[in-house]
Amino acid sequence: MFCDNEATMHLTDIVNKKKREAHLCEKCAREKNLLPEEPGQPIDLKALVSLMMAPEAVPIAPTTTAVPIALNCPKCGLTYAAFKGEGRFGCAHDYEAFRSILEPLLERVHRSTTHNGKIPAVGRVAARAAKLIELRAEMSAAIGTEDYEQAARLRDLIREMEAEGTAG
Amino acid sequence: MNLDTLLPNLGEWLRGTGPESDVVVSTRIRLARNLADYPFTGRATPAQKTEIVSRVKEAISRVELPFKLDYHDVPSMPVLDRQFLVERQLISRELAAVLEGPRGVAFDAKESASVMVNEEDHLRLQVLRSGFALDDAWSDIDKLDDSLESRLAYAFHTQFGYLTACPTNVGTGLRGSVMLHLPALGLTKQIDKVFRALQKINLAVRGLHGEGSRAFGDLYQISNQVTLGKSEQKILGEIKEVILTILQYERQARAVLLKERRQAEQDRVARALGTLGSATMITAEETMELLSVVRLGIHLRLIDDVPATAVNQLFIQTQAAHLQKLVGHPLDGEERNAARAKYLKARLRELGSQR
Repeated sequence: MFCDNEATMHLTDIVNKKKREAHLCEKCAREKNLLPEEPGQPIDLKALVSLMMAPEAVPIAPTTTAVPIALNCPKCGLTYAAFKGEGRFGCAHDYEAFRSILEPLLERVHRSTTHNGKIPAVGRVAARAAKLIELRAEMSAAIGTEDYEQAARLRDLIREMEAEGTAG
Repeated sequence: MNLDTLLPNLGEWLRGTGPESDVVVSTRIRLARNLADYPFTGRATPAQKTEIVSRVKEAISRVELPFKLDYHDVPSMPVLDRQFLVERQLISRELAAVLEGPRGVAFDAKESASVMVNEEDHLRLQVLRSGFALDDAWSDIDKLDDSLESRLAYAFHTQFGYLTACPTNVGTGLRGSVMLHLPALGLTKQIDKVFRALQKINLAVRGLHGEGSRAFGDLYQISNQVTLGKSEQKILGEIKEVILTILQYERQARAVLLKERRQAEQDRVARALGTLGSATMITAEETMELLSVVRLGIHLRLIDDVPATAVNQLFIQTQAAHLQKLVGHPLDGEERNAARAKYLKARLRELGSQR
């Protein structure tokens, strides 16, 4: 016994056929290097992201916040729950699909929500990328409303632009 | 390129030269980029990953660069070779052993630039420099990025910038990282104070092998965490400023060591060399700790017959995969410790005979 805490660690050593027992609390055990170091902490992104996405004042009881559980990406199908679990997006469109929860998250991580650095040197690449995102969103919307004619037209347009992109 | 040809080389980051190389081992910048037309790697199908690989390979083969990048396929690579590339800082542990499916890395013969394909992001560009060289590294990686971008449509968003799988990298996709050797701050117990200050200004401190790794041999990597809302120059400028301050602290601490306990330091260095040169079993960790002492001894001019590059050589060659390549066959833990000791003894004897 080393302190007044309840002993939760019970060690039995057998050295030269002599049995030695020790009973200590976790804190003492750690101090005496009897426990392996806590596993090196690879940054736990899962925990980090859910922490960052938690409302400012952590509520004790689960609230029925309007957290958009139903949010998902029409393009890659990523759900809010999956994003919360993995901390990773599935595709570029998720940045639009999850914008409502993303912006507060970015504000906490980066203290900003707007890019202020390099943009693709070839401006049209950026414009095309943005346009592609837009067109794809439109196409999904068209599919959603069963406007297949419009969706097919958009699909062809997207293919055309993608082909240009590869040729460039 | 047969990877074994790299074995005798130091690689750019261990060249041991460059600005402030008494404290700064190396500088690294990485950029995370994704192709516009595919889901991020984590959600891409094997077929899509194969397409991504072939598009990137195609782009790499056509870009004009001052160096040639050779592509190496990771899934077909022996585990030992993958570990070897991790030790040389050319690929991440994730690309080597965690991720699945088509993926690979392209790098140049000098090992100063690498492009990982289908890591967490489709592309992870990296430029390495020995010493403190953020500006040079930025200029190199900016050019590499420009040339790849002229052949690949990146996922870019006008508000959010370069889009990445993890929102912690979005915007610039940039991580600038400087590896420091800080033995004197460790000895004088000031290191924690420095790190607490760093965390307040949002810079991360990591060990040798990045996230989650322990700091062995007084080597620390300092890098930015914020990637969005600031320009690349601003992000790098903030790192630079902090590194210059830490440099000063480390040099002051070294000066104090010399003034107050020169004899004791001399003794420590001699003993470190003694152990390295006479042990018959030695772990990688102990080797790194002892080499750290020797490195400090060199920069404090307590010894003059061991060149700094030799320390780097011993440092890299005694890591597990390197050692097994040197020996030419796989070794288990105990055998590695014996082979490591044998190698160190031979190399230090060689150095001694050149005196």
